[in-house]
Amino acid sequence: MAQSPFSGSDAYGEVAGRRMSRRTLLRGAALGAGAVALPALLTACDSGPSGITMGSNASDAVPKKAFAAAFTAYEKKSKKTVKVNTVNHENFQENINRYLQGTPDDVFMWFAGNRMQYFARKGLLTDISDLWRDFGGFTEALKKQSTGRDGKQYLVPYYYYPWAVFHRKSVFRERGYEIPRTFDEYRALAKKMQKDGLVPFAFGDKDGWPAMGTFDYLNMRANGYDFHIALMSGRKSWNSPQVKQVFDLWRGLMPYHQKGANGRTWQEAAQTLAQKKAGMTVLGLPHPGQQFSAADRPDLDFFPFPEIDPVHGQDAVEAPIDGFLMSRKAKDEDGARDLLKFLATPEAENTYLKYDPNNIAVNSGADTATYTALQKKAVHLVAGARQISQFMDRDTRPDFASTVMIQAIQQFLNNPDDIDGLVNDIERQKKQIFAAG
Amino acid sequence: MVTTRARHAGRPGPRRHTRRDLAVLGVLLGLPILLDLALIWGPTLASVGLSFTTWDGVGDIKGAGLDNYRNLFTDYPPFWPAVRHNLLWLAFLGLLAAPFGLLLAVLIDRGVRFSRFYQSTLYLPVVLSLAVVGFIAQLILSRDQGALNAVIGGKDPTDWLGDPGLNIWMVLLAACWRHTGYVMILYLAGLKSVDPGLKEAAALDGASERQAFFRVVLPTLRPVNVIVGVITVIESLRAFDIVYAVNKGRNGLELLSVLVTDNIIGEAGRIGFGSAIAVVLLLVSLGFIVTYLVQELRGEQQR
Repeated sequence: MAQSPFSGSDAYGEVAGRRMSRRTLLRGAALGAGAVALPALLTACDSGPSGITMGSNASDAVPKKAFAAAFTAYEKKSKKTVKVNTVNHENFQENINRYLQGTPDDVFMWFAGNRMQYFARKGLLTDISDLWRDFGGFTEALKKQSTGRDGKQYLVPYYYYPWAVFHRKSVFRERGYEIPRTFDEYRALAKKMQKDGLVPFAFGDKDGWPAMGTFDYLNMRANGYDFHIALMSGRKSWNSPQVKQVFDLWRGLMPYHQKGANGRTWQEAAQTLAQKKAGMTVLGLPHPGQQFSAADRPDLDFFPFPEIDPVHGQDAVEAPIDGFLMSRKAKDEDGARDLLKFLATPEAENTYLKYDPNNIAVNSGADTATYTALQKKAVHLVAGARQISQFMDRDTRPDFASTVMIQAIQQFLNNPDDIDGLVNDIERQKKQIFAAG
Repeated sequence: MVTTRARHAGRPGPRRHTRRDLAVLGVLLGLPILLDLALIWGPTLASVGLSFTTWDGVGDIKGAGLDNYRNLFTDYPPFWPAVRHNLLWLAFLGLLAAPFGLLLAVLIDRGVRFSRFYQSTLYLPVVLSLAVVGFIAQLILSRDQGALNAVIGGKDPTDWLGDPGLNIWMVLLAACWRHTGYVMILYLAGLKSVDPGLKEAAALDGASERQAFFRVVLPTLRPVNVIVGVITVIESLRAFDIVYAVNKGRNGLELLSVLVTDNIIGEAGRIGFGSAIAVVLLLVSLGFIVTYLVQELRGEQQR
């Protein structure tokens, strides 16, 4: 009953389910009919032509091509085959639980932080600490983000993209705007932009997650990285004065945000920045660039989110890391390990970034000569960070992020004045969800 | 009836069915019953059972008593808006879309000019999936890039789909657009089968056109009315795809079906909690359908 009567079941039927259900269906048919020819056919489709299977959520054209290039490079080098199963990005995420418990691919793409640790804790991943002993070029911070709660490593980090405040150089030059370093300067700049007829902050939160970036930065600048992590892991309460202060600071900026954010996608928001109708926007490195024409792209620039409390300065940078995990039930474990070893090399990252210059390699050995000015600046930003956070929906429990925080932030954007009611609502739901274990 | 009695008379014997008959009956009845149990009652009962537990889909299932329901009713902000929206949906489709569909069917049935054209135009949205309807709604109603705001112009454009007080009406309009065509086709088929002699007889007896319609034609359409009623209830309670296509069913477009999906299908894995919402939806649906059918069937008997 839970799912059957809703057409919603279509939404998840799309994914890995399509491949799996066909296989189970065939298997069932074969059993029932006792066919002779089918089993041979099935074994062929089960193990594939002796290759490593890779579950990919890179369904967008640019990353898909870039990953394909990296896997081809591996195939050439190792003489093994990599069979890639690409699934729509959102569907992949929605089905990850069932996917990992069903017949997952040997290696699959996923995210660092709590979102990876959750599966490690559930015993759905294979420990790759032995591989990590031989890895080179990864910083201690990266290792920490690849490590589960049990102290073992599970993730091969591949690339990351920092979040920052994006703007157009030409607009700042023409109007004589200065890069703000403190929150007061930030607010003053927004005010000035508004007077000049610009929308100070291009803003879209229809998808529910983009506004989390602004919240995270306000929180980390006002209360520090440690508070962010404690809040995300449920150890601090959401109706604390610290969180109220974050929402209050945000409310102060609301008049400068583009109106109707809940009805606008981040793509539309980034377009207003590209059209010079808006002055700034808080997004991740790959986001605004995609909405700029090739000619305009060199004009795109960013600055780190300004300082609020001098104690915390601009220490923390939000830089989500994407990478690869090995599933518990990997069929070709040796092959999977070999592939992961390759994916941890600078060479593999270079191949990828050649086709997708919107991210940054995690390996310090990767070639940065071909980086654009923006990429180089991003490397600099992350290298100078005291702490690296992942993102609200990666640092906290997925159920809390998707069923409580998305709705809560959208509610705040609709009605920024009832902060007390909002944070109490969040805290009550947080207690239930984190109590569920 | 007549034939069986005749057969009985001709071939006396204690057994009314041969063994083969029984086997055929058993298979023909048993298979659907098994399928029904496995595909409908099994999941339903499993869902009811799960609604009293907490389970993230991976680890152990832990009993939770009535906690899920308590949390749902008191501490889950999207729940009551979702219930309201589902009821609003029902009222809108039942009181506006269905009667309007009937009106169109009557007009077309009377043979207005270009009736074929109207018929296919009005039916067209039914062929489109609601997800496509949602997509079309976005093209027209998006705040910055939609066609409607481009036509209206103005300095402060209306946020048709982003304003939580407004978007539900826009979506209902789109759902209505589709439902009207559906209802129209059903009634059109019904009207075609109404014996013209009935109308003639009513006219000869001096009934006005209005009286003839409400007193004679509409009652003969009773089977269609039942179907339209049931479809309307089902459509409004299972509404999902259009709001999901517009904004994932958030920010003013909450529906019970969306909340179930959010909690169960997504990465969230709050399966016990989501099941509790599903059970609420099940009870609401059962309440409507059972009441409606009982009333209709009782009416049938009194006739």
